[in-house]
Amino acid sequence: MGNRLIDLQHITKIYDGHKVLDDLNLYFNENEFLTLLGPSGCGKTTTLRILGGFETPDEGRVIFSGEDITSLPPNKRQLNTVFQKYALFTHMNIAENIAFGLKISGKSKTYINDKIKYALKLVNLDGYEKRMPDSLSGGQQQRIAIARAIVNEPKILLLDEPLGALDLKLRQEMQYELIRMKNELGITFIYVTHDQEEALTMSDTIVVMNQGYIQQIGTPEDIYNEPTNAFVADFIGDSNIFPGIMLEDKVVEIFGIVFHCVDTGFGRNQPVDVVIRPEDVELGTPGTGTLDGVVSHLIFKGVHYEMEVTACGREWLVQSTKMHPVGEQVSIHVDPFNIQIMNKPESEDEEAVVLDV
Amino acid sequence: MYRKSLSYPYLIWAAAFIIIPLLFIAYYGLTDKSGAFTLANLAAIATAEHSKALFLSLGLSFLSTAICLLLAYPLALILSNSRFGRSGFIIFLFILPMWMNFLLRTLAWVVLLDTNGVLDSLFQMLGLPRFKIINTPAAIVFGMVYDFLPFMILPIYNVISKIDVNVINAARDLGANSFQTLYKVIFPLSLPGIISGITMVFIPSLTTFVISTLLGGGKILLIGNVIEQEFMKGTSWHVGSGLSLVLMLFIILSMILSSKYDHGEGNVL
Repeated sequence: MGNRLIDLQHITKIYDGHKVLDDLNLYFNENEFLTLLGPSGCGKTTTLRILGGFETPDEGRVIFSGEDITSLPPNKRQLNTVFQKYALFTHMNIAENIAFGLKISGKSKTYINDKIKYALKLVNLDGYEKRMPDSLSGGQQQRIAIARAIVNEPKILLLDEPLGALDLKLRQEMQYELIRMKNELGITFIYVTHDQEEALTMSDTIVVMNQGYIQQIGTPEDIYNEPTNAFVADFIGDSNIFPGIMLEDKVVEIFGIVFHCVDTGFGRNQPVDVVIRPEDVELGTPGTGTLDGVVSHLIFKGVHYEMEVTACGREWLVQSTKMHPVGEQVSIHVDPFNIQIMNKPESEDEEAVVLDV
Repeated sequence: MYRKSLSYPYLIWAAAFIIIPLLFIAYYGLTDKSGAFTLANLAAIATAEHSKALFLSLGLSFLSTAICLLLAYPLALILSNSRFGRSGFIIFLFILPMWMNFLLRTLAWVVLLDTNGVLDSLFQMLGLPRFKIINTPAAIVFGMVYDFLPFMILPIYNVISKIDVNVINAARDLGANSFQTLYKVIFPLSLPGIISGITMVFIPSLTTFVISTLLGGGKILLIGNVIEQEFMKGTSWHVGSGLSLVLMLFIILSMILSSKYDHGEGNVL
């Protein structure tokens, strides 16, 4: 990852009196795979559209390599977009689609032909020049949309849920393809998705958004292992989120039972949210763990079993490769390292506070 | 079998009201009074009077179609492209006259365009030159454009409003300015609408005899008037049918040309 390439400064966008983005600050580095992740309506697509020039923010500035491009139209920006439903030109064949941007910028015929060849090779569709978009599958159309964007050598490629319409197998395949393309091109990818698995697989950096605010920025590992609040923990992967009380440093009480953890600095007798990932809950024979419970549900998920254990009147979600049948008495143990403590929000609204990054 | 039987009423309909009448026209057109085969009825188009009417018809239809296209395309573009909240209402306004009888609408134009009519009087009041276009080809074109404009607007509007906004965004994203986006993406994608609009204006314009009778004052003969007279004034059903067949040929030709152009454009950048 290199230098700062593009800066969003104090971006606010209002639609029909509703703040979609509220004082958003974010920057993107050179040669970075950054994902904007969040549920629908969180502002991620609006952020992308502001970057692409399809929306003008009501407040704030977009700085590209030190230059203010806030009100520059899309055709004058050095970035290209891959749209959600491909948006290919159905009246042109594949070669003409890919050549569109190059022809407009007045490139020579040989240059354009070389570029078409190169781009089709990059997306693994050599020889498709004369085909029409309608004759291609969804996955192939998406590759063409990527090829059409990258031949213009943008500094940044914006991708708006590009894999949303593809089936699972193809989606996973394309995830690896995208990582490969990004590494080969050495440009910045800004990727919008609501699929947390996609985000974890591909990104260098993930920006978790909710209700127009950035919730957390970090590497996939950071986001998964150290979610900063209950929203992030809940949105990224499965998790048990319990109310707890931080008795003192490294000691937390959940449902009246004392657990040891590694977090400090929350003060004494402070209400907190406790996050425990289901794969971090260890089951054993009764009496050997921190508390005992009964298995109430069991589902086979392929890689692991997913179980629900009732303990202290609450359901604990557990993922394990070892099966415990419904009705079995088990003990629950959690390694102190795997207990995640988070400040409790004062109200629902505060779940979406701006974080200083 | 069950499904096939459902189509029988339509087949009977088509046979009774489309195929058999066409065969009758063809029979009359290709025979003389004694029932013998002849091409004389087709050749009747070559007489000075008939060919003049045909070329005038073609010319006026071409002109009115072009005017309709020039008026309709920008309107359809504005209505479907912008964030114009009332576009549905405006389209409705343009379609509203179609709820009134076609003859009545054309008669209204007679009152408006007549010597000492509404427009002429208005021009005189304002001290402008007299407004005398009634009984001229210009008045006929006026009527054609007014009567057939909705048939041009609707198909074009439908096609343009269905273009994915992201396709237009993609063109802008790839560096095209508004004008390049219009002629490289929006226009070619709207060709099917333009083609059906042209067909729906050109064909009724070519065959009309009501507009030319009312606004041409019976002095200007279009091919539709010639055919009407052959049938109504009892001159010769055979010649009338023959001329109809020739006209049909021109219509089929124009449809083939326009559909060819539609497909051809698809492969041209």
